Amino acid sequence: MAYSDKVIDHYTNPRNVGTLDKSQNSVGTGLVGAPECGDVMRLQIQVDSNNVITDAKFKTFGCGSAIASSSLATEWLKGKSIDDAMKIDNMDIVEELALPPVKIHCSVLAEDAIKAAINDYRVKNGLEAFEVAKSHH
Amino acid sequence: MNLPIYLDNNATTPMDPRVLEAMLPYFNAKFGNAASRNHAFGWAAEEGVDYAREQVAQLIGANEKEIIFTSGATESDNLAIKGVFEMYKDKGNHIITCVTEHKAVLDACKHVEKLGGSVTYLPVKSDGLIDLTELEAAVTEKTILIAIMYGNNEIGVIQPVKEISAIAHKHGALFMTDATQAVGKIPVDVNADGIDLMAFSGHKMYGPKGVGALYVRRKNPRVKVTAQIDGGGHERGMRSGTLNVPGIVGLGKAAELCRLEMNEEAIRLSALRDKLQASLTVLEESYVNGNVEHRLPHVANISFKYVEGEGLMMAMKDLAVSSGSACTSASLEPSYVLKSLGLSDDLAHSSIRYGLGRFTTEEEVDYAIEQTKKAVNHLRDLSPLWEMFKEGIDLDTVEWAEH
Ligand SMILES: Cc1ncc(COP(=O)(O)O)c(C=O)c1O
Ligand code: FES
Repeated sequence: MAYSDKVIDHYTNPRNVGTLDKSQNSVGTGLVGAPECGDVMRLQIQVDSNNVITDAKFKTFGCGSAIASSSLATEWLKGKSIDDAMKIDNMDIVEELALPPVKIHCSVLAEDAIKAAINDYRVKNGLEAFEVAKSHH
Repeated sequence: MNLPIYLDNNATTPMDPRVLEAMLPYFNAKFGNAASRNHAFGWAAEEGVDYAREQVAQLIGANEKEIIFTSGATESDNLAIKGVFEMYKDKGNHIITCVTEHKAVLDACKHVEKLGGSVTYLPVKSDGLIDLTELEAAVTEKTILIAIMYGNNEIGVIQPVKEISAIAHKHGALFMTDATQAVGKIPVDVNADGIDLMAFSGHKMYGPKGVGALYVRRKNPRVKVTAQIDGGGHERGMRSGTLNVPGIVGLGKAAELCRLEMNEEAIRLSALRDKLQASLTVLEESYVNGNVEHRLPHVANISFKYVEGEGLMMAMKDLAVSSGSACTSASLEPSYVLKSLGLSDDLAHSSIRYGLGRFTTEEEVDYAIEQTKKAVNHLRDLSPLWEMFKEGIDLDTVEWAEH
């Protein structure tokens, strides 16, 4: 299977690889997937007092599409409000990266990671976690 | 050096140009049907087939009458297993095989189970070899066939075929082996090894695709299989269908070249493979899968922990290799062969198979070493698992959000 140019681009020059200090209250961390499944994604956001995401970082163990999906997600997250970030749908990622059907779950993982990071941030700051519709796997 | 570099010779091999040359006349000038007994066109084709049959027989120490040409190892495996079951089912209905066999063997066994056969799937030890005591313990009065592969296609381990055939014969069962990965790579002798039936394929030994053979012993004992394809009664009634003359001629030539060159080739390739393996296992947390002493000379299967195989293959875009990662398979399951060694899923996901071949050069191997090292390091920089490992976090204690 050939990869789309966008997947290759994100994969070869991944944006925003790295680690934020998870002990800080302004940082939300989402760790999703499992080594046994062959994919683990860690996505982190730094949120300012206006609920705007000022920075995002990721590290991913997974296939090229999973790495590209998380790289793209960090790009999209920066500058978005928490509310807008919650609206990112895995199908937006699929479309942007032209992922084939067998790679849709890699984008689902990215969406899960975004939501997990946001909820981690919310819980840390005494807010209630958003409901996340589970079950796409 | 041309890129990309082909290091997937267990999947298929490029055809040797000398094989192509031998085949060409049989596409046009000598196009006859080998079964046409009454004219020169038929005779020319038949002569090509007869000669190829001798070339193939010589490679494996067989008599040419014992070679049944087929469309490849998949068909040979099917013919051997289903054909033996049908032929001998009055004697017994039990077959013993092992869990790391190729799907062609496993699925043919599944088919036999539907027909009333009973099949034991032996596990393998962590090095990929079967346990001979377990094998013998699995034999019953009803055992008619033991089917254990010669060399494994994913990890290259070589099963103790002589000992296995001795156990089979001691108990009056036949011994069949899928030797697709071994024939033409290491010395295989049907008499010295005690083989009653053996499947192999042209395209794994620098011959063409779509042609293979089943060796069926004719003496001590005389073995028969029930045909699975009915028709004109070709190949001593065991495999009907107009012979694929160019393919068979190519298989013959490939067999001859292997017979003449494989010893030297094995020495050269195992030196290159060892260099590759030694250079790559210098990387932290890398592990060789399968027994390294009883192994085909040209294969190394290595897991690079904390990086995922498909991602790794993508980073090594100038290398054509294969991975046991689930992400490369439609089923989203990692390699069943690696899992049956007891490898954890994450190590199975992290594996790369390097398969060297006749046309692999040292320069290419050096390049592969560099590419792999670079890719593994790049991906570890991206890997949350690597970071956790480096921080001393035991990944088994993490609660994963499995999906
Ligand atoms: C061990 C083994 N058996 C059988 C086969 C199938 O061979 P063929 O492609 O000739 O049908 C292969 C090749 O993938 C193999 O490696
Ligand atoms: S992470 Fe396995 S297919 Fe993408």
